[in-house]
Amino acid sequence: MSEHPVMDPRVAPPFPEAALPVLRNAQLRKNVAHATDVIQGKRNRLVTEKTDWSELRDAASALRAHTLEHLGEYLEQFEERCTGAGGVVHWAADAEEARAIILAILREEEADQVIKIKTMTSAEIQLNPFLAQHGIEPHETDLAEIILQLGGGEPSHIVVPALHVNRSQVREIFARAMGLAVLSDDPQTLTAAARTYLRQKFLTVPTAISGANFLIAETGGAAIVESEGNGRMCLTLPRTMITLAGIEKVIPRFSDLEVMLQVLARSATGERMNPYTSLWTGVTPGDGPQRFHVVLLDNGRSAMLRREVERQTLKCIRCGACMNTCPVYRQTGGHAYGSVYPGPIGAILTPQLQKLEHAQTLPYASSLCGACYDVCPVKINIPEVLIDLRAQVTEKERASERRFFDPIYLGMVVANWVFANSGRFRLAQRAARIGLWLFTRKDGWIHSLPGVGGRWTMTRDLRGIPKQTFREWWEKRGKERAQ
Amino acid sequence: MVGSMRISLFITCYNDTLFPETGRAVVRLLERLGVDVEFRPAQTCCGQMHANTGFRGEAFSQAKRFVKLYADAEAVVIPSSSCVAMIRDQYPGLISELGNDALRREFDVLLPRVYELSEFLVDKIGVEDVGAYFPHRVTYHASCHGLRALHLGDRPFRLLRHVRGLELANLDNLDRCCGFGGTFSVKNAEVSSAMMAAKLQDVLSTRAEFCTALDNSCLMHLGGALHREFAAMRTIHMAEILASTEAGQA
Repeated sequence: MSEHPVMDPRVAPPFPEAALPVLRNAQLRKNVAHATDVIQGKRNRLVTEKTDWSELRDAASALRAHTLEHLGEYLEQFEERCTGAGGVVHWAADAEEARAIILAILREEEADQVIKIKTMTSAEIQLNPFLAQHGIEPHETDLAEIILQLGGGEPSHIVVPALHVNRSQVREIFARAMGLAVLSDDPQTLTAAARTYLRQKFLTVPTAISGANFLIAETGGAAIVESEGNGRMCLTLPRTMITLAGIEKVIPRFSDLEVMLQVLARSATGERMNPYTSLWTGVTPGDGPQRFHVVLLDNGRSAMLRREVERQTLKCIRCGACMNTCPVYRQTGGHAYGSVYPGPIGAILTPQLQKLEHAQTLPYASSLCGACYDVCPVKINIPEVLIDLRAQVTEKERASERRFFDPIYLGMVVANWVFANSGRFRLAQRAARIGLWLFTRKDGWIHSLPGVGGRWTMTRDLRGIPKQTFREWWEKRGKERAQ
Repeated sequence: MVGSMRISLFITCYNDTLFPETGRAVVRLLERLGVDVEFRPAQTCCGQMHANTGFRGEAFSQAKRFVKLYADAEAVVIPSSSCVAMIRDQYPGLISELGNDALRREFDVLLPRVYELSEFLVDKIGVEDVGAYFPHRVTYHASCHGLRALHLGDRPFRLLRHVRGLELANLDNLDRCCGFGGTFSVKNAEVSSAMMAAKLQDVLSTRAEFCTALDNSCLMHLGGALHREFAAMRTIHMAEILASTEAGQA
């Protein structure tokens, strides 16, 4: 981790540039390749054994699509039932409002520390640095999040955020941050060190923050799935629980969990069932937190809902399967995306949560290979959304001066003029043959091109343009046959 | 064996210019199988490059040209799975958004007559043994569009297995992208190259003499790298293998 990644799309470098330090980091790439191979292998095995996988996937997709069609109704139902069960529901239009609501609750609780269940949504609103600025110390309790928090790192995956860190690096981080002079990199030893560190937090910090995998409209309850049980600790010991969730997290009925939990566990971690599934509804005297707040976050989501193609982005249940299978992510890891949501889903989600211009290289950070769509348990056609976002980027460029300096933009405009007429196309073919002939070596290949062509010849030769196009051959053959 | 089947060859812009030998092989192969081949010189490009780079209006112009040009064709055969995928997956949206109902109807009637080469051979004329001879060790690269958009499945393998003399070498991680991705290969040249290096590792470990595919775009990318590395492997479009006979290669 030579260079510290910038995870705020407003200031992060463009994707091609941000990918460079990763591509040069052999250890990081080895860690990412190994971890994605392991998870994807487990996922593939468990999906293959499920004979009704395609029906399950259809059901999950239909369920999410239906919920989004009626999102307003289900959210109101959730608010009513949650309130009825003793919870307090807050509505946040954007990240700033969500942070302010959470801070106000914590002030009321007189909290100077807070324990956290792993939540991507809190990373989305950059909650931790905000709390620290206001004198409240956030403590992550998910093992991977602890590694990142103590090591000063950034998440590179939404399910396994420290996927890019190997255990000898974990050992270094723990030894330094926990002041342990002697510590081996044996997984059990490392876990024991984390447990000792965590127990002290669980027993002393009475306020907790969580995300939600699902909010259930029918009951007003919330659900969290996890592997370690640390989330369960946060849901039982503290006095107060604040749950932050995107408005799209709602599902209609309790029984819908039957479908959702099956596709989520298999897709996310390659397990038939995740080890801990916690469900809670409002407050119950003598059991768990006695004060329960839910912060429902919009932050660009309702705008997304209004666009026909992009709406499907909100079907996402954050399983991360698209990342593990993505040939781009497998090379770059998550940090190159400059966003807490990396990989294929991040490439479509980030530009929509942020202003498009803050993340306009992300829709192009894909070869459109379609592997993500194939594994998505809720059938989000990610390539389709990527292409639609590219069209939005292009529409903005059409109105900007920048277009006159963008060789690819200019190339597209010229190509369109050329393709409109086969006479022009013939001329262009001849012009290209002559133009490239200047760069063609005796062996008939081009080894180096100037300008944007140099981006190709950086790693690849290009065969020189043959002397006769197909259409020239066809015409000549026709004439010979006529004779 | 096919009666009086007449097909229109949509060669695609880059095959026309950069890989004319693929077009010649398609003609030779289909004519050998008794198919009558025509070539409409007004054709240019399917619009995929424009669509995938975000130029919807321009892509629509190409879509409209294509539909008008082939409205009366008996069948259209295209030796490029990504261009066929463009027509199947993206034309409907482009035409619905930017065209009119009449164009959409013309397109809907035309679409079932548009075939990728291996689909045409296996599904339309029902031939798996095309009488080819190619005495080499060959590995097949399944391009993403052939695999996931067209669902070509085992069609390419069925065709290759019937080629006399050909020794088929299995490619590991068959479903993984080679990293070409159109303008992705220059916009994200470094990442594209990293993906290519991973693919080449699998390709080279087959110890094949040729890497074949149904898309010259992937092959241009992989072949360019193999040439740069002085590797003892060449790329070749599958049409050229299928067109080869004991009398000679296409």
